[in-house]
Formats: sequence, C-alpha cells, structure tokens
Amino acid sequence: MSQFFLPRRRFVQGLVAGGVMVGLSGLNGPTWAKADPKNTQTGSAAVLSGTEFDLVIDESMVNFTGTPRLATTINGTLPGPTLRWREGDTVTIRVTNRLNEPSSIHWHGIILPFQMDGVPGISFDGIPPGATFTYRFKVSQSGSYWYHSHSGMQELTGMYGGIIIDPADSAKDIRADRDYTVLLSDWSDEDPMRILSKLMVQGDYYNYNKPTVVDFFRDVAQNGVKRAMDKRKMWNEMRMSPTDLADVSGATLTYLVNGVTPAGNWMGQFKPGEKVRLRFINGAAHTFFDVRIPGLKLKVVQVDGQNIEPVSVDDFRFGPGETYDVLVEPKDDAYTLFAQSMDRSGYARGTLAVKEGLTAPVPALDKVEWLSMSDMMGSMGGMGGMGDMGGMDGMEGMSGMNDDPLKTPSATVRHARTEYGATTDMRVDMPRNNLDDPGVGLRNNGRRVLTLADLHTIGGPMDQRGPSREVELHLTGNMERYAWSMDGVSFSDSTPVHFRRGERVRVILHNDTMMTHPMHMHGLWSELETPEGEFLARRHTIPVQPAQRVSFLVTADALGRWAWHCHLMFHMEMGMFREVVVA
Amino acid sequence: MKNHLMTIIVAAFATTGASLAMAQEMDHSKMDHGAMDHSAMNHDSMDHGSMDHGAMDHGSMNMDMNMQGGAAPPDARDPNTYSNGYTLHSGAYALPGGHEAMEMGDAKNFAALLVDRLERSHSSQSNATAYELQAWYGSAFNKLTLKAEGEVADSRVEEARTELLWSRAFATFWDTQVGVRNDTGHDTASRNWLAFGVQGLAPYWFEVDATAYVGQHGRTALRLSAEYELLLTQRLILQPRIEANLYGKEDTEAEVGRGLSNGTAGLRLRYEFSRQFAPYIGVERQQYFGDSADFVQAAGGRRGETRVVAGVRLWF
Repeated sequence: MSQFFLPRRRFVQGLVAGGVMVGLSGLNGPTWAKADPKNTQTGSAAVLSGTEFDLVIDESMVNFTGTPRLATTINGTLPGPTLRWREGDTVTIRVTNRLNEPSSIHWHGIILPFQMDGVPGISFDGIPPGATFTYRFKVSQSGSYWYHSHSGMQELTGMYGGIIIDPADSAKDIRADRDYTVLLSDWSDEDPMRILSKLMVQGDYYNYNKPTVVDFFRDVAQNGVKRAMDKRKMWNEMRMSPTDLADVSGATLTYLVNGVTPAGNWMGQFKPGEKVRLRFINGAAHTFFDVRIPGLKLKVVQVDGQNIEPVSVDDFRFGPGETYDVLVEPKDDAYTLFAQSMDRSGYARGTLAVKEGLTAPVPALDKVEWLSMSDMMGSMGGMGGMGDMGGMDGMEGMSGMNDDPLKTPSATVRHARTEYGATTDMRVDMPRNNLDDPGVGLRNNGRRVLTLADLHTIGGPMDQRGPSREVELHLTGNMERYAWSMDGVSFSDSTPVHFRRGERVRVILHNDTMMTHPMHMHGLWSELETPEGEFLARRHTIPVQPAQRVSFLVTADALGRWAWHCHLMFHMEMGMFREVVVA
Repeated sequence: MKNHLMTIIVAAFATTGASLAMAQEMDHSKMDHGAMDHSAMNHDSMDHGSMDHGAMDHGSMNMDMNMQGGAAPPDARDPNTYSNGYTLHSGAYALPGGHEAMEMGDAKNFAALLVDRLERSHSSQSNATAYELQAWYGSAFNKLTLKAEGEVADSRVEEARTELLWSRAFATFWDTQVGVRNDTGHDTASRNWLAFGVQGLAPYWFEVDATAYVGQHGRTALRLSAEYELLLTQRLILQPRIEANLYGKEDTEAEVGRGLSNGTAGLRLRYEFSRQFAPYIGVERQQYFGDSADFVQAAGGRRGETRVVAGVRLWF
C-alpha cells in the first residue's frame, strides 16, 4: 500500500545511493530470510580476467527508491563482475548458488556446447540451492556480450553482468583510448511474480499513458470530431491500445546505468580528444531503451559482439539482450548519457565528463507517440512497408527469373491454424518489411536514428550457402489475457523446431502483435537479411517490430537443444518461447 | 406459455450477450473498407518518412481484412510441422527430468480477488451496504471463478447472489462460464440454479456478462450486465454500469415476477490512487418492473429508487 504514496519522482530518479546506508539495513524492514545480508555494491563492475572464475550468487541489500530490498546478485555486486576473456582460451567458471531457490547463468550470445548454455530444463537441471556448477567451454569469438540468470525471473532482481572477449589477434580489436561497459537495466521494488500477477489481471496495469477524454477533446479541437473519432475507431473496435508500448513502466521500474539510478548519475571520465568506446548492453528484464548522448555522434562499430561497418547516428533503440558498441569523441567538459524507455515513462542516465562532479543538462522525455496504423496493419496501414511493397508483390513475377525460389524470403503470409483461437488477439495479413523503420516514437524526430537496415557485419555471412528451406513462425499474443506465444501456441503446449545438423535454414519471423519483440536464439547465429535476401548482420537477438516480417539465416552447426524466445522477460515467461533441436 | 417465454429469454440472451461476442469475433466485415477509409489514416498515424501517397492504392484497401477471430482456413499452417516428431520431453538431447526445472509462467496458476464495489448507499428510504466481487484461480484460459454480489442492511443480508463457475476461453476476448448459483436473503426463499454464460470484452471496451440460469421446478432466469470505463484522466475514471434480471416464471416465495424483474443503472466516478485502491462516489437508479414491483411494494418497498453511493474498488 505504501508504494503509491511515494512521490513518483522517486521511481523515475531513484536515490543517489543505490547501496544501503550502514545501520539501516534490516532495522525497519521485514525479517529477512537470512541473517544480515550484505549491502550490494553498485556502479561500474569489477573486471575479472583470465580463464578461471568463481561466481557466487547470493542475496544482498539494495535501496534504489528509499525502500531497502533484497536483490539477487553475483559476487555481491549489481551488475555482476565484468568477465574478460580471450578468444581461443578455454574458460572455467564455477558458479555457486547461495540462494534458497534454484538459479542459473546463461552466457548470452556465446557459441558453446548446449550443456554449458545455462537454461534450466533445456541445457541442464539448473543450479540447486547450495550447489556449485562448473561451466567450461572454449571461447571461439570476440566482442561485447553479457550473462544473466535464466531462472525464476532473477533478471529483474539483479543477476546480470558484462562479458568482454578480446580478439585472439589484438590488432583486430577496435582501437579506443577508453573503454566503458554501460549496462542498462531495470529494477522494481515489487516481486517480479507480483508484477506478472497484476498483468494477468490487467494487461495495461502499468500504462499511465492511455487515451483519455481530455486527449479526445484536444484532438477534436485540433482536427475536428470526425478525425478524432476515426483515429480511435479501429483501436476501440479491436480492443487494442495505441499506447501499449511497454507492459511494465516507470510506474514500478527504476532504470539503471551500471546499477546506478538517474539521481545517482553513473559517471565515465575522459580527457578531451580521447576516443571512448562505450559497450552498451541492454540487460533489462523488460525495457527497450532509446539511447543518445546529446552533443555527440554515436559511431556504432559493433552489434551483438560482431563488428559492423561503422555508422554514425544520434540515437539508437535496443531491446533486452541486444548489445551495441559505440565510439564517441567528446570535446566538451560533460555530456549526459540518456536512455529513455520506449514508452517514455522514465529513463536511465549517466554522465561522461572530464572530472567528477560535472553534469550536463538532462533532456526531457520525448512525447508519447501512438502506435501507427502501420504498426497495427503492416503495409496495409499506410506507408509502413510501401517502399518495399513493390519488391514484395513482385516476388512471384521475379521467381521466373530466379532459378532459386529461396533466393528471396517468401512473402506469402501463412498463419498457423492455432492463431485463430483465444491465444491470439490479432493477425497481420499484409506485414511490412521495412527494416529502415526506427520504430514508434523515433520516426521523423529530426535525429538520425539507427535502424536494422544500417547494420552491415564486416566480412559478410559466416556461411555462403543459401537456405535449403524456410521456417516461418509468427509472434503472437493476447494482451487482454496477458498470454504470449508463437504461432498462437505457448511454450508449454509447443513442440520444438527441428533443424537438421549442418543445414542452412531461413527463419521468417512475422509479428502478429503490436509490440516489438527482441527474439534471441541461443547457441546459433541469426544472420539477418533484407527482404531481397541480401545479408545484413550477424545477430544473437533480433528485434521484430509490430506488424513486421523479418527473416534471417541460421547454420545449424551446434548440436543439442537450445532456447529461442522473446527477451522481454514476461513475454518469455508467458509463452513466447520455443525450443530448437539441432540433430 | 412457458415455452413462449423461454423462447423470449433465449432470444434475449442470444441477441444481447452472445451476439456481441460472436458477431465481432466471427464477422470479418467489421474490418472492412469502412474501418479503413482514408480519413482513418490521417497524418497522426501516418508518420513514417518513406510514405508515398502515389503508392497507396485504394483498390488494395478493399480487401477483406480479417485481423481478429474467425476460423482457420483449411490450408492454415500446422504449428507442429517443424518438429519432425521431437517433443519437449523426448528425442535427442532431451533432459531426463523434462522441463520441470523451467517453471515457466505459462504453466502456472494465478489468483486474483477484485472487489469491484464495496459501497454504502443512501436513498430517501434506506441505507445499505453493498458488495460485488469476483475472485479467480487459474491460467489465462481456464479459471475457477467466484462471483458474489449482495446487500446488507440493518445487519442482515437482504439479498445475496453467489456463483461458482468454470471459465473457459472460447475466443480472444470471451469466456464461457458454467457452474452454480445460489440466491439467499433474510426474508426470501433461497434458490439454487445451474448457470451458463459468457463473460468478456466487447468492441469499444464494453465489459459484458450474460448468464442464463435454470433452477428447480422449471424456473429460469437471465442476468445481463455491462460496464464501461471512461478515462477522464489517467486516474480519474467514470464508470457507467447497467444490469437487468429476467425470470421465466413467477416465484412468489422469492418475490419475483415473470419477465423483466428489475434493472439498475449506475454511474460511478473513481480515483485510482493505485490500480488496486480506488475510492469512488456515484449515483444509481434501481427499478422494479411488473409483478416484481408489486411484490416489493407489498413488502413495504418502493418500485424504484435513486441512491447515492460511496465506496471503494479494491483488488489483491
């Protein structure tokens, strides 16, 4: 009950000190499960290097909002330590679970044997309380990655950390004078299970940007009655919300930079003229961030650990699971690192400055923008995919010219029969495939915003073969019931997707929902392609926008069973999840 | 005569409740050209830079859109087609213990208790305390549901309706509900019913509840209710609500006449301090009809009355 009497500013800004003041811990709060949990250390994580690591999962105290809470942390820090490996090394990581519940660690984006992937129920049985599990695998890649718990919604309670893998050939590394890991995440004082229960009762529980009567009359005044009515007609007929941009918002979340609240203001120091590498990791449980540093161009050089042809932008959006490395060359004294949540309900903030104590102005949150007709209906909804529609429709005509019908991804929409039931609240018959769309809230904002079409992994695809077949899956959900699924079938009712060992297969993801889903396939690279079938980028997590259809190629070179899911934690929990079998 | 009345009730049931549901779920024409005319695509929603008016062909807008509900076409894709016989629990590399370690939320049961109305009402004749709540346990698609509504005056339960139902999703926004209902009150006969109904969300966000009941001795009843939430601001919400009760047969002991027995129309204005705690004030008109009104009048009550209400909406 006390929660809603707290000033909302407290959630948005958080407390300056994320750790708990000495002496406060345990005095006013409930009786803790364990005696004297330690205080959590927040801020830039310690970097552990080498080939042998010991990680201990335990509970420790945090205080982000004025209310002391228990977090699940790794080695007592939030984020957990940054692990620094070298390509070609074999690493051994002993993970001890001191929680009262099972836990696990998944190495996100790392190519390894499936038994080491850390997904309870798929790769192994999880790490029981009191037990130690030893992960051991050869590191065969380089770049920026991260790790997190894959158990019991512990991603929201603090279990994540960065991974930096240095290339075997150090000459191949991106040169920078300074190197910061910038791990963005979200925190709630509420138990994640409680959040999920609330969403089950009311899917828009945390949405405080719903259309109101006041908005309607403002619209009427500006555009007339008919337009105001028309604007709302389809949403109301379909019982869909045009502001369903994030299920969980700043109404309960505090957004963190390296475990530090906006008020706490994480700081990265530099000297003018230096080239600074920022390894952005979205380690949030359920938040898309739109990142920018006013005054600086962000030169994006690496995505999901893979070097890309550099592209300079003002702003980029990324979802849970994705990583973006950018180079900046700051000249002034101080800059604000600003990462607003996609639904504009809050932000994470830090500062790059020449010395401690300096700050730069913090921008205002952008205005909340309604989802557009193209977010609902794809290319039918107006311009969404119009630019590409010619290519799409021309496919049949072109196929005569191509000997290989699989040269371009199929544009024929094939809904699963299970999408016609209670699990699914809408289907898109004419998807858009415009990968150059920055997405709702970032369109036409005057800033250069990164899009999927901008990504070009250096060196091209890992496998020159074209696909031997296509696998089409639809992302589905029912917001009203808060049920999520693929092809209208939630994970527990599903069967695995089988890839034959060694085959090169095209996966088409077709989004029949009005939310963006960062789809993460474990163990195998997802090689994103254009609607024309040209290679774009090697990813481990691919965001699929509302009413959008994207495709990527997978080389099934890793035997075993793998998780494949939306990295928005509550979507994953509620069934937007598949198992992949490579055999 | 009795049959005739049942026909009316069934027809009323079908047209009010189910038709709202079925028509929207099944009728694709709702998503036709009308809903997608050019004016709906005003500049507010057309915000992407790559827009090309020339490319927007009005002809293509006429195609029959079918974004919700409907039946799967015969050639719809089989969702298991990619599994090649593998299941989550069998085949190469499956863990012996299966997926027990995963504990995914989609396989869990959830519980909720929503006290929609807990209020004190005041009219020129009486004061009373009323409640309406719904509790459930289950998943997104299958729930055990308890509905209770009643009125307490002078420390006595004047009337109470309690239902225990199994709710099962049959469409995106709709559940069927099957179960039992008990009516009780301090000076009326207790009645038990079998209940068959639908509950869900109609287009334009109307929450609809329509249930038919069959009791002993050929008694039948129908209860219809609908409510709407109008957001004045994010936290200030106006909620109109209507309810009607019909009976297939006169029941003197329970003091109900045949046909439309009573109806209620209310308007409540609540402020959501949080989603879970929202005090409100409102007015409500209750009206008895026909023989039921005579029964009420004979017992010293009024055929209709307007009440002022104040209460709180809660959920846990």
